[in-house]
Amino acid sequence: MKSVILQTATRLIFPLLLVFSIFMFFRGHNEPGGGFIGGLVGAAAFVLFAIAFGTKVTRELLRIDPRIMVGWGLLFALLSGFISMWAGDAFFTGQWVFPVLFGNELHIGTPLIFDIGVYLVVVGFTLAVIFALEEETN
Amino acid sequence: MNHIVLYPLLIPILTASIALIAFNNRRLQRWIGVIGSALLLVASSVLLYVVSTDGIQVVQPGNWEAPFGISMVADLFSALMVLVTGLKAFVVSVYALGDMDDERESFGYHPLYQILIFGVIGAFLTGDLFNLYVWFEVMLITSFVLLALGNKKSQLDGAVKYVVINLFSSLIFLSGVGIMYGITGTLNFAAMAEALQGTENTGLVVTASMMFLIAFGIKSAVFPLFFWLPASYHTPPITVTAIFGALLTKVGVYSLVRMFSLIFTQDIGYTHTILLWIAVPTMVVGVLGAASQYDTRKILSFHIVSQIGYMIMGLAFFTKIALAGVIYYILHNILAKTNLFLVAGIANKEVGSYHLSRLGGLYKTNPLLSSLFAISAISLAGLPPLTGFWAKYTVIYAGLEVQEWVVIGFALAVGLMTLFSMTKIWMGAYWSPLPDASRLASDPDFKPVSGNQKAALYIPVAIIALVIVVLGIFGEPFFAILFEAAEQLLDPSIYINAVLNP
Repeated sequence: MKSVILQTATRLIFPLLLVFSIFMFFRGHNEPGGGFIGGLVGAAAFVLFAIAFGTKVTRELLRIDPRIMVGWGLLFALLSGFISMWAGDAFFTGQWVFPVLFGNELHIGTPLIFDIGVYLVVVGFTLAVIFALEEETN
Repeated sequence: MNHIVLYPLLIPILTASIALIAFNNRRLQRWIGVIGSALLLVASSVLLYVVSTDGIQVVQPGNWEAPFGISMVADLFSALMVLVTGLKAFVVSVYALGDMDDERESFGYHPLYQILIFGVIGAFLTGDLFNLYVWFEVMLITSFVLLALGNKKSQLDGAVKYVVINLFSSLIFLSGVGIMYGITGTLNFAAMAEALQGTENTGLVVTASMMFLIAFGIKSAVFPLFFWLPASYHTPPITVTAIFGALLTKVGVYSLVRMFSLIFTQDIGYTHTILLWIAVPTMVVGVLGAASQYDTRKILSFHIVSQIGYMIMGLAFFTKIALAGVIYYILHNILAKTNLFLVAGIANKEVGSYHLSRLGGLYKTNPLLSSLFAISAISLAGLPPLTGFWAKYTVIYAGLEVQEWVVIGFALAVGLMTLFSMTKIWMGAYWSPLPDASRLASDPDFKPVSGNQKAALYIPVAIIALVIVVLGIFGEPFFAILFEAAEQLLDPSIYINAVLNP
């Protein structure tokens, strides 16, 4: 299926969706959002791209096999736990640093790393499933 | 901070994620799997050592205190189960080197296998009821994919039965979890057990316990909820069947033992009598089903059901000796059953069939395989001096002590029938001549086992056979650990104190 309207719209919406997904991701710590929702929005961007331009182009755009992405995601999520272990706390205990950047104190901690893992797993998993379904019909 | 409880849990998931990253390199994935399983075996041995010297180990991930956070608890029973899982994970991953086909490997067999082991170990270590549900789901999802990988019609047929009945069981499980939360206000095993001590609400607790009995009963394939097992277990490749047959049902049994020794002990006269009368038909129906089958995989699948009956029977007697016997039985059964499935897989590779009418001549051509089969089969049938004898002897001895003569009678008769089934396989596959040797020569798909593949297939089976022999002949020190584990199960206050008052 080739639709000029969809393709043109996708070119505009695709980067917006990606930015929005990152916004959702960082918003997640104290407000609704986070790795899971951000990941779904991010996956939606690529799914839209796949519908408009086909899965082959989308795979090239993604550069990494979605299944491998799931692996990296799991590894990141585990890493956040290992950091707590190395710090001498129980597994998954939050570890925080508070660097001051441009006069603002930032709260950076292991939950962020865990959420990056979740984000990657969600994007990878969703895309692996949807690509497989798309390619089955063709 | 002692993290040893978590290592057996973290190693498989770490292995799975690394294997996923190496998704396009099958050779690398295989070796990642073997190394990961070997590390798991080491970690689980250390865990058992630590638990047997320092007592129950508890970790609160995320540092949330016990009744609120999720506890990961390793008492002796859990540690023993984790150790045998580690051993099994290791030998099966070596066996898979010689058995797994390219197609399944390219669809991610290795990461899935590791995640399945992750789920099993999680179920053994968790100290939280809802968390247990999550581990069951981890196992269910991965095992569903492992069953269906390969896409044959019979496989999908088996997988659908498997997944529907197991989802149903999860539903009942979840309802039970809801009721328990309503009664006690917590889902932590220890806190629940404490809240239920001296409860006046016995009726409601017993009702909830029956929901758990059905939920775990389906998972562990007890009568009359076993029918999905023989319908689905013979369809996937033998490596997968061996993992499922030996391990997954035992997680159900483990959960039953945990729930009915720690939490549901208010009305033992009622609940454990029901367990007893479930155990008898489970034993009998399983063994009769096996007697009527001629496919080795189906015979072994039905025997899983029958053996589960013995374990439930031991749990129902609920004495120290009986519980030690149950634990020994579970360990013995995991080893012997795995080995029988793996041997059946080798026989299939050597003469191209699982069916007794087409097998034959292995005693003459392959004495090594015959002796490995004989060790496992004699152990399963319960002849001295191997593990099966001690397992049955302990459970039945416990029955004699509580004077359940009828049940004991059934258990002994079923033992005899088990021997019959094993003899049937022995006669059909080993002693009788190969029916049509020319069929193999003309079959283009048939490839004789050779070189490296042979080593990958035989070494794991030989390792387990050795463990069976050693545990059978030098069982004495091992039984000391089992009695200690049974004491921990019979006295919930040890568990409760370890978790709530560290």
